[in-house]
Amino acid sequence: MSGLNAFQLLNGLTFAALLFIVASGFTLIFGLLRIVNLAHGALYLLGGYLGYAAASATGSFLVGVLAAMAGVAVCGLILDRGLLRFVRGYELRQVLLTLGVAFVLNDMTLVIFGGDTYTVPTPDFLKGAVRFWGLFYPKYRLFVLALGVVVFIALWVLLNKTRLGALIRAGVDDPEIIAAMGINIRKVFLLTFMLGAALAGLGGAVGGAFLTLYPSADSEILVFSLAVVIIGGRGSLVGAAVGALIVGMLNTIGQVMFPEFAYFVIFGPMAAILAFRPLGLFGKAA
Amino acid sequence: MLEVADLHSYYGDAHVLHGASLEVKTGEVVALLGRNGMGKTTLIRSIMGLTPPDVREGSVRWKGQELRGVPSHEIAKRGIAIVPQGRRLFPSLTVTEHLTVLKKASATHGWTVAKAFEFFPRLAERRNNRGNQLSGGERQMLAVARALMIDPELILMDEPSEGLAPVMVQHLEGIILQLKQAGLGILLVEQNLYSALAVADRAYILETGRVVHQALASDIAEDPSTLTKFLGVH
Repeated sequence: MSGLNAFQLLNGLTFAALLFIVASGFTLIFGLLRIVNLAHGALYLLGGYLGYAAASATGSFLVGVLAAMAGVAVCGLILDRGLLRFVRGYELRQVLLTLGVAFVLNDMTLVIFGGDTYTVPTPDFLKGAVRFWGLFYPKYRLFVLALGVVVFIALWVLLNKTRLGALIRAGVDDPEIIAAMGINIRKVFLLTFMLGAALAGLGGAVGGAFLTLYPSADSEILVFSLAVVIIGGRGSLVGAAVGALIVGMLNTIGQVMFPEFAYFVIFGPMAAILAFRPLGLFGKAA
Repeated sequence: MLEVADLHSYYGDAHVLHGASLEVKTGEVVALLGRNGMGKTTLIRSIMGLTPPDVREGSVRWKGQELRGVPSHEIAKRGIAIVPQGRRLFPSLTVTEHLTVLKKASATHGWTVAKAFEFFPRLAERRNNRGNQLSGGERQMLAVARALMIDPELILMDEPSEGLAPVMVQHLEGIILQLKQAGLGILLVEQNLYSALAVADRAYILETGRVVHQALASDIAEDPSTLTKFLGVH
């Protein structure tokens, strides 16, 4: 058993940042819209492959990221308008439907990209390492950490300080009344769903550059996202951030100190938290 | 302006409205009276296009156009606002956000946030509070202010005096009369008969889903036999 060093702590933090990016999209869809979208992991992986393909073809990491976000947002549009609208309000049917979609998406990416492992190419200025506090640390991982913070701030401002954010909150509180006030709330919800999907795509493109992309990466990230949102409390942005930090750090601690129990180190505390706070740390009753 | 004719509404298999008809003319305050369970709220919801209930027969015409089958957000855009039973404010929104969510803070036409706060000074004092931190009277004012933000020509008010202290009920009557003077039509559902009759021009009495009586509000108020016969008031 070895102790933790600063390098590993930073790894935990950067993994937490990536988890937050993916889980914030999940909390928009699962927490606010109350849609149990088990295809969120598949959307992440799809974003990764799209990012890889676009970045490789154009040589631009930024184009890869934007293509992943746009492509997965369109996929979210089709998923919501084409399928989920028929099972609105039926959670079990949503679970089965989105699970089916996840299988279909995975098989499609397997057909197109095969079973090989891919890494999204990063731009030159993010290659290499920086030296601080006596350690070398990869620039790219620090970039992911910063991106997580930026996404948190942007989402917080969107939800709390803009009219669209107020519309989303009002729609979550009482969709019938906000509609009776002249708002086409279905459109607002669709936009929210697409934003949540785009965040999964962003996570896929960004994560695909340091976690690599392979056929079962989607279920791992889905399980982690579920843990983040359940620990943090569904629908809470701060909860998703705290949940991501907890899961990211526990994952690192588990892998370094108790490699045999790496999953238990995450899901053991999760079960304990749920026993005392069934709605998660920042969850509120609906 | 609003003509409801022979409306039949259902909750599942339960037949609630049995051919209800009424009319609200431009700038008129019309009271819709009746005991609990007679279909008043069902009628309001049917007009606003809210489901349930399911409207299976009859028509709701607004300025000559059929509203049946029109989604409620479109009905609101055509100028009908609702102050729903129980207020139904948004717990996650502040007082100001209840207004700006419906109309940009920078808007200058019709009802603006500034004008609403001028009309309801109590709300201006509480602008940063959330809906669930307000008193009953303040909540009702906010529900009315919210409805005004869509610049309606008709407001459907469902039991606005419910749960309010007598002094607040009087205040509410004053607000309704002020809105009438501003040219707004109001369809007022009330359990509080005397409050409704004090502000209404005309009144309809609804019993088991049908309009069984209609008269000038002043006539009903002066003829207690109507109240006894239809509403069980002694």
